[in-house]
Amino acid sequence: MSEHLPAIIVAAPLVAALAAPLAALRSARWARACALLGQLAALAASGAALERVLRSGPWRYAFGAWAPPWGIEHSVDGLSAGLAVLFSALAALTSLYGWHHEEEDPPVREGALQGMLLLLLSGCLGIALTADLFNLYVFLEIASLSSYSAVAAGSGRDAAKAAFQYLLLGSAGASFWVLGLGLLYSASGTLNLPHLAALWPALAARPEAAAGLALMAAGLALKLPVFPLNAWQADAYAAAPARAMPLLSALLSTALAMALLRLLNLGLGGSGAAGPVLAVLGWAGIVTVLVASAAAFGQSDARRMLAWSSAGQLGYVLIGLALGTRSALAGAVWYAAAHSVLKCCLFMVAGEVGRGGRCDVDDFRGLSRSRPAAAAGLAVAGLALAGAPPAAPFFGKWALLQGAFQSGAWVSAAALSASSLLTALYVFRLIGKAYLEQPASGAAGRSGWAPVCILAAAAAGVLLGLFHQPLMAALVEPAL
Amino acid sequence: MSYAVCAALALLGLHGMSQSSNLLRRLMALNVLQVAVIAFYLLLAVKTGAEPPVLEAGAALSERFINPLPHALMLTAIVVSVATTGVGLALLIRIHRQFGTLEDGR
Repeated sequence: MSEHLPAIIVAAPLVAALAAPLAALRSARWARACALLGQLAALAASGAALERVLRSGPWRYAFGAWAPPWGIEHSVDGLSAGLAVLFSALAALTSLYGWHHEEEDPPVREGALQGMLLLLLSGCLGIALTADLFNLYVFLEIASLSSYSAVAAGSGRDAAKAAFQYLLLGSAGASFWVLGLGLLYSASGTLNLPHLAALWPALAARPEAAAGLALMAAGLALKLPVFPLNAWQADAYAAAPARAMPLLSALLSTALAMALLRLLNLGLGGSGAAGPVLAVLGWAGIVTVLVASAAAFGQSDARRMLAWSSAGQLGYVLIGLALGTRSALAGAVWYAAAHSVLKCCLFMVAGEVGRGGRCDVDDFRGLSRSRPAAAAGLAVAGLALAGAPPAAPFFGKWALLQGAFQSGAWVSAAALSASSLLTALYVFRLIGKAYLEQPASGAAGRSGWAPVCILAAAAAGVLLGLFHQPLMAALVEPAL
Repeated sequence: MSYAVCAALALLGLHGMSQSSNLLRRLMALNVLQVAVIAFYLLLAVKTGAEPPVLEAGAALSERFINPLPHALMLTAIVVSVATTGVGLALLIRIHRQFGTLEDGR
């Protein structure tokens, strides 16, 4: 049984995704229960896989017993198993967060939304685990298509338009990925990432291999998204339903950042192998980190602010990838994981605060009086995101700064420091409204388990930071 | 020369996606881009003087078959393209019901 854990990890949410719309025929509550079951099953399987990795080291699983490079394999190491645990835990937490959502829609729509979120989880788990580049495309599209549909499930006027724009840009990105992979395949003859890494020294000089890599990175840049290409992000994040947004913001970007890391840094035998692409991404990261954080400050819609915040935080990961030293890569990985937990928490708060499908920054006024638990979560998560120790992002930024100083990359180091200040600006804008201003009249009560989930996510962000030493040593370092 | 056709198709698709004012035309341009990628893989698979990879009873396996792997990969890509088109068209139906038009007000 434990032999087939990678298959179970990916299959459990898939099966639940088929069952959730059927369960919705009974009631929306049954659909959510079905979704939660699938997510908990994935969490249990991921935990078992992680336990096996910690006990006896990383292992590779070949689907259908076809040996790679002909067959598709998943590689389970500390990093991928740890990510799988993280994704399933965030999905289960988001399910609990949305448990008491009032049903304005017919249950069938709730079942469909839960199905889409489960497919998103399944796709992201596959992206985290897979070692085959075309298999990555398949899981990428599973996750992306379900994201488009989840965004379209929003109740606002612009949900369908935002989802369609997301679909166009995301599918163009996927097409670039496949085109680049075709070029890489024509040069190397393999789709398997470890095999490609072994062949890469002989290939690196060939133009089609470099072009293929650049196209694949460009495709991911459209989906992540990287700053100049993030036209779809603010609209999509503002339009998506509030109970889906924590998951949508936390899962796919993190999984794609890890995919980018594995493709450019790890899969190809270390830094320097993908030089020009990494240089471009590094500069994009520096620009993103400054521009997006500044753009976030000026937003009046809190969800758009958080969308620009996500784009900006991704810049840290890109800077880490471009620096390429061990410390920088560890910082990039750690920061991506920490950001996903905290952004999930912040979107949970935004979902609690907003009403009628909208969430303005002004709605945060007086939150400490009307919803003290949510305000506490906001304060902790916001300060953590801005880089306050002992929460998790601080250690990621610290490792990135160390990497920047080691490489003599002064521009990166300056950008990293300046962006922390910019992040603090928009975070304190929200926290200030919550604690220093009077509440608007007539805040509707809609809590259920939402405050507990918000506090749990914020606490997780702090706990990850407190335990960053053993976690990074056991999970992140061996994979680099 | 045939790879140039793929490049032309891809550029056509990208041009349509960025320059069209009609949302349905943008979706079709996305399809053209996806077809360009599919054609690229199929052209990769061709070998001179080779046959389609169909095994006949008693025939020997030889290098005279074209590479079947890109064809198999593109079956998946076609399925993804169809699914994407389906989701896109469903969204367009909803947009049309809401706004009465598919022209992007740029």
